[in-house]
Amino acid sequence: MVTQLTQNERFLGLIILIALGCLGLVMAAAGQHDPIGMHGWLVVVCSIVMIFVLANGYFAPEPSEARLEHYYDDPSKVGIVVAMLWAIFGMFIGDWVAWQLVYPDLTFDAAWSSFGRIRPAHTTGVIFGFGGNALIATSFHVLQRTTRARLPDQLSPWFVLLGYNLFCLIAISGYFMGITQSKEYAEPEWYADIWLVIVWVTYFLIYLRTLARRREPHIYVANWYYMAFILVVAILHIVNNLAMPIAWNQAKSYSAFSGVQDAMTQWWYGHNAVAFFLTAGFLGMMYYYMPKRAGRPIFSYRLSIISFWGITFMYMWAGSHHLHYTALPHWVQTLGMTFSVMLLVPSWASATNALLTLNGAWHKVRDDATLRFMMMAAIFYGLSTFEGSFMAIRAVNSLSHYTDWTVGHVHAGALGWVALITFGSIYAVVPWLWKQPRMYSPKLIEWHFWLAMAGTLIYVFAMWNSGVIQGLMWRTYNESGTLSYSFIDSLVAMHPYYFARAFGGLLFLLGAIIGFYNVLMTIRMAANVETGDEAVIGNPAAAGE
Amino acid sequence: MFDFDHGSIVAFSKSFGLFYLIALSIGVLIYVYWPSNKQRFEDAARNIIHDEDKPCR
Ligand code: HEM
Ligand code: HEM
Repeated sequence: MVTQLTQNERFLGLIILIALGCLGLVMAAAGQHDPIGMHGWLVVVCSIVMIFVLANGYFAPEPSEARLEHYYDDPSKVGIVVAMLWAIFGMFIGDWVAWQLVYPDLTFDAAWSSFGRIRPAHTTGVIFGFGGNALIATSFHVLQRTTRARLPDQLSPWFVLLGYNLFCLIAISGYFMGITQSKEYAEPEWYADIWLVIVWVTYFLIYLRTLARRREPHIYVANWYYMAFILVVAILHIVNNLAMPIAWNQAKSYSAFSGVQDAMTQWWYGHNAVAFFLTAGFLGMMYYYMPKRAGRPIFSYRLSIISFWGITFMYMWAGSHHLHYTALPHWVQTLGMTFSVMLLVPSWASATNALLTLNGAWHKVRDDATLRFMMMAAIFYGLSTFEGSFMAIRAVNSLSHYTDWTVGHVHAGALGWVALITFGSIYAVVPWLWKQPRMYSPKLIEWHFWLAMAGTLIYVFAMWNSGVIQGLMWRTYNESGTLSYSFIDSLVAMHPYYFARAFGGLLFLLGAIIGFYNVLMTIRMAANVETGDEAVIGNPAAAGE
Repeated sequence: MFDFDHGSIVAFSKSFGLFYLIALSIGVLIYVYWPSNKQRFEDAARNIIHDEDKPCR
């Protein structure tokens, strides 16, 4: 991989790594016993490791000009493997969180493993680690194919991918040490946030520079979704994280916002993180990999454009549905509620468009688990957006808010939509990237599919049940007008559902581990073809393709 | 005259979205159904299905 870089790029990369290492040293020296000092050392170690990787091929001859006739896929390949690693880490922690809710003793009496610290480690690990890396990796792949243009240079994609993972490492190691600015999905402190801005701007520039070189006159709709994802996440991230550190050598900072303005800014961020991180980017994936895999153009290209503008502009207004019955002015709550209900239209337009694309290719869906992953993702996308629009109605929210219903909705979206479309896309793209006729084992994809389905359904049904029971118990009064149930009563009622959820999550995690194995074996298959050894290729007679 | 006080700012924030979102929707619909764009959209949808590894610049 290093030998593919030009000597100039290797040199620039080395400079960046040395500068980063020095910055880490400064953080370590100035921060001393503050957690920021620990993060300084983390930066130093990461830079040194990368310098060693670079040193390995540093003096190799210049790569041949022929490389410029092909797309540049090395960052996508690494990104996909890293995404699968994060998936396993994030879901392992998620399942641990779930078992902690069943057996509270599973904190093992340590501070770092308490619920409040590992919960954000789960959400960051799956959303940013797994989702983010999958988005970066696939976006580079899709961008080049749909524009018929190679990435503008070979260094900046690595900067984005590796820099982004450094951000994820700083974020998650920080939670274990107790660092947080207590904004959900935006927990990392100011220095991590600044670093992410630099990485993210570079990412957007890669997009613009590649588009400027494009050969295809029209910009395919998937790119619009990916670009909305990059651009809007940048805006959200910068505004929501405006803060003043208490000192330049300390991790702690204070937000620029307070009171209800803080809450509104946070949930404007939070809901649009759902919209542009967990939805727009993955719709980009869907609009490319699903038609490709099915071998059929998207059912209605026009509809895909209409739903794009509908989704991007309506989501912006929906954030206040997270703040029903708070100090937020009533009309702002109503505004958020109204837009959330209207949002159903473009959301269902996308889901329907995807399913109608498959209409006429159902035999492929039956035989091909990869395509089935994508189809189920579209169904869960439709389901979770319907549910979301319903929960945004103030009266419904009075029942669902604070309960596991929200958690059920989250994971109908996160497992059913985000994770399924990602696994489907990974199974489609891995053979293309490594130039193989198919994945190592179609049977294992089948296993992964059914484990993921079972896991998602168990998880979501458990949470729906427990959420509605919780909500009803908390609002049941007896004849004398006092509450019928104490909080602890509702907790006892949750126990079996928490057990079921943790079990469903375990199935889902097992599926992901199988998927990772399958990806690794496909890569090995590619390596063996190069060396002429065909022995590891799996059973070709297995179902599907 | 127009009073730049709290009330008028609230009135503005409550209503400007109505106009620009309607304008946006009309704009998008015109773009999408503009007859000469039809061919371009159909090509865009079809062109991605083929070749995975063809050259580029
Ligand atoms: C093995 C699979 C998974 C398990 C067992 C799991 C488990 C959990 C648990 C126990 C919680 C805390 C719920 C609470 O506080 O009551 C949680 C929260 C959350 N998880 Fe997962 N999770 C899994 C996969 C995922 C994936 C793949 C994603 C995203 C792509 C995700 C996104 C989230 C989010 C956003 C929250 C916060 C929800 C909220 O604040 O309402 N999870 N998860
Ligand atoms: C039309 C689309 C959607 C609407 C209107 C919507 C609406 C809602 C509502 C009303 C809540 C509960 C707020 C509360 O009571 O605190 C919520 C929570 C949430 N939704 Fe959605 N949703 C939609 C789609 C999605 C999708 C597709 C995903 C995930 C992939 C998702 C992820 C989440 C998350 C992570 C939360 C929990 C936030 C938190 O409290 O930490 N939503 N959504």
